[in-house]
Amino acid sequence: MTDLETFRAETRAWLEVNCPPEMREPMKSEDDACWGGRKWTFQSDAQRQWLEVMAERGWTVPDWPKDYGGGGLLPAESKVLREELRAIGARSPLTSFGISMLGPALLKYGTEEQKRRFLPEIARGEIRWCQGYSEPGAGSDLAGLQTKCEDRGDHWLVNGQKVWTSYADQADWIFCLVRTSAESKQGGISFLLFDMESPGVSTKPILLISGYSPFCETFFDDVKVPKDQVVGGVNRGWDVAKYLLQHEREMISGMGLGGGGSALLGKLLGTIEDPFLRAEVAAFDVDALAFTAMSEHFLDQLKAGEAHPAMPSMMKYSGTELNKRRHELIMAAGGSDTLEWDSERTRGGKPAREWLRTKANSIEGGTSEIQLGIVAKHILRLPGA
Amino acid sequence: MTLLTDDQKQLQDMARTFLGEEGTIKQQLRHWRDTGCKDGFGHGLWKQFAELGLTGVAIPEDQGGLGLGATEAALVLEEIGRNLTPSPFLTTAVAAAKGLEGTGQGERWFPGILAGDTVAALAIDEGKHHAPEQVALEARRQGNGFVLNGAKQFVVHGASADLVLVVARTGGSPGEREGVTLFAVERGASGLDVENVTLTDSSKAARLTFHDVAVDADAVVGEVDGGWTPLSRALAAGRAGSAAELVGVAAGASDMTVDYLKARKQFGRLIGEFQALQHRAAHLHSEIEIARAAAWKAAELLDRDAPQAELMVYVAKAKAARSASLAVQEGVQMHGGIGMTDEHDIGLYMKREAVLGSLWGDWRYHARQVAELSGY
Ligand SMILES: Cc1cc2nc3c(=O)[nH]c(=O)nc-3n(C[C@H](O)[C@H](O)[C@H](O)COP(=O)(O)OP(=O)(O)OC[C@H]3O[C@@H](n4cnc5c(N)ncnc54)[C@H](O)[C@@H]3O)c2cc1C
Ligand SMILES: Cc1cc2nc3c(=O)[nH]c(=O)nc-3n(C[C@H](O)[C@H](O)[C@H](O)COP(=O)(O)OP(=O)(O)OC[C@H]3O[C@@H](n4cnc5c(N)ncnc54)[C@H](O)[C@@H]3O)c2cc1C
Repeated sequence: MTDLETFRAETRAWLEVNCPPEMREPMKSEDDACWGGRKWTFQSDAQRQWLEVMAERGWTVPDWPKDYGGGGLLPAESKVLREELRAIGARSPLTSFGISMLGPALLKYGTEEQKRRFLPEIARGEIRWCQGYSEPGAGSDLAGLQTKCEDRGDHWLVNGQKVWTSYADQADWIFCLVRTSAESKQGGISFLLFDMESPGVSTKPILLISGYSPFCETFFDDVKVPKDQVVGGVNRGWDVAKYLLQHEREMISGMGLGGGGSALLGKLLGTIEDPFLRAEVAAFDVDALAFTAMSEHFLDQLKAGEAHPAMPSMMKYSGTELNKRRHELIMAAGGSDTLEWDSERTRGGKPAREWLRTKANSIEGGTSEIQLGIVAKHILRLPGA
Repeated sequence: MTLLTDDQKQLQDMARTFLGEEGTIKQQLRHWRDTGCKDGFGHGLWKQFAELGLTGVAIPEDQGGLGLGATEAALVLEEIGRNLTPSPFLTTAVAAAKGLEGTGQGERWFPGILAGDTVAALAIDEGKHHAPEQVALEARRQGNGFVLNGAKQFVVHGASADLVLVVARTGGSPGEREGVTLFAVERGASGLDVENVTLTDSSKAARLTFHDVAVDADAVVGEVDGGWTPLSRALAAGRAGSAAELVGVAAGASDMTVDYLKARKQFGRLIGEFQALQHRAAHLHSEIEIARAAAWKAAELLDRDAPQAELMVYVAKAKAARSASLAVQEGVQMHGGIGMTDEHDIGLYMKREAVLGSLWGDWRYHARQVAELSGY
């Protein structure tokens, strides 16, 4: 047996023993995910146990270095692990912005001290992070942000407002873009980390069209932040911000298929009487399976360091537009059943609420138009893009 | 792993150089079209395919081929698509070679294919839409052999072919997969009427009429009544291959268009500066990348003989055809008036896509197969 085959056999055996049966059932919705953090209450013992055993091996972040709480796996090994997890239908033990966004940025731009301080608690699911990028006046034009950060000698003083901060009311810490200089648009931005329990931080939930309230307005009123919590250098935050966005876009692109499963929509819906709808679903499944192939290819390219830096934009654009289409079709197939908003039958209007939620996929993390612009500029090299 | 190996990258480079130098639109497609060649392709170039070993890409090593697979064929076909190179590569070295593999007919036909002497064609469809189960062409037993009666159309390279693989019915009824038999019919068979038709893209396809065409029992490819097996093999390879070629057509059209956006000025600006065009070009680029990933995935699954290969071949052909159709339509549109002229090459991509997109089933056919195979 090659090393990789041995690794596969050992992994399979270990998972057989350690992955609780409940954690092999498909997630019914986003609510079943484990986000971790100081305020987290586990939904079941199985969820807690699954996080603990995986975190202990470093397998919540299999390809991070062991020193920072990761599994230290080689790309080929982490691919095997992914395949084995998928084979038994295992849920992700931990989903978080720390894993998918901040972690990669810290690994690249953080100081040794910052890595040792922040990464292990992300890997173990102890600290939950939120993302303070958007402001009322700075959405697509993110670099226009105005949240002020002043140097007060032994600390930073932050004043301003963020908006659309997902899960700000449940998060423990925030990674935040702030303006440390007015001299230059991009060159006056710093990437700052701080505790959401710091005096002067407050959040106000925003109600979405789905009826859920997953994000907030976030206010900073004379918030004091220790000096060593800037990542990547003062006024050098834009590079960190953009790098992190690539990772955010990778993550969002993966949501394009109802949680990464490659199950065909037509199979999920069962017999479809209406030939028009059946044809639309088949056309969707063609696109979805082709996109799944693209995702695999992209992931291999990423791990091999061969992916074009603008590829996450392409993936994000295609994946989110697909996910929206998927939910349009689910609604169409469900007819008036899926229009019920408060019935037991629909578990409180789940299909309609999820359908509405997907509309944000092509907005959050940079809109589809912004992604297309990035592809036009950086891949096609069109003039003036 | 979905990345190319070093050997595959080398083959890709070789095919890219070869077809980019010898297979260009000017030297091949336009040349043979404008000189009214009856084959629609050049035998000299086909010989060069052989000299480079490419005719043996799918033929097993112990029978003189390279013993490579669908992935390598796809790499060559993408370059063929990009250059719109007319050649019998897809029908002969990919589809027919796969159909013949392991049937005992290999010994008879592989040497000619390897040498670049033999051209092979597939005679499947009898109506204007692809429907292999609907085969009605009758093969009646007579003495030691069979007698064929019926008609075929859209037999690409049919009039130039030394070998035509004919799908006939020896049992069952149209609509069934059982009772189908595949025959190797040779050029000039008596009673075989050949009408050589020029298609939209200047390639040639035949309409064949069989009037009591007698063939020996040893013309059967595979088993009597069991022709679905070699036919499926040939079609899977052919469809996966046409998907890859369509990706090449799409990429060629798209590259040409993006170049034009960087060269043409209107309103005092390069038209590539207009966001209305930028976003459409970016969308198109994404669709082509996805189509390529699907085509590679289908090829990889075929090479591994994986159970999901059939599904993925349907997906690949459907996706590639739609992406290529988008590419050629956007291509002509973004070229404005010049895109409508015969002088400009972009329109040739549109014509090629129309033919290749329909060959062995258009995207709707393949999307329907996805639904049927998945039970909905
Ligand atoms: C569910 C959800 C969760 C989010 N979570 C977070 C979070 O956790 N943290 C955070 O910081 N932000 C978050 N966001 C904010 C998100 O990043 C912004 O909404 C997004 O970047 C768009 O900004 P905007 O809403 O200001 O829209 P605008 O920028 O005002 O855009 C309005 C419209 O104009 C278009 N447009 C803008 N500029 C151009 C251009 N140059 N060319 C063509 N079209 C253009 C846009 O595509 C869009 O269609 C979240 C958003 C949503 C919906
Ligand atoms: C069959 C045919 C018959 C014709 N008959 C006549 C006739 O009888 N008389 C006559 O005078 N002309 C005629 N024309 C010419 C026709 O009007 C022009 O081809 C047309 O106006 C486009 O101009 P163009 O070809 O220079 O393309 P371009 O202007 O170079 O356009 C190229 C591409 O860029 C796009 N584009 C250009 N500007 C912008 C912008 N600002 N924003 C976004 N996209 C842009 C275009 O939409 C197009 O997709 C004919 C053309 C054809 C094909």
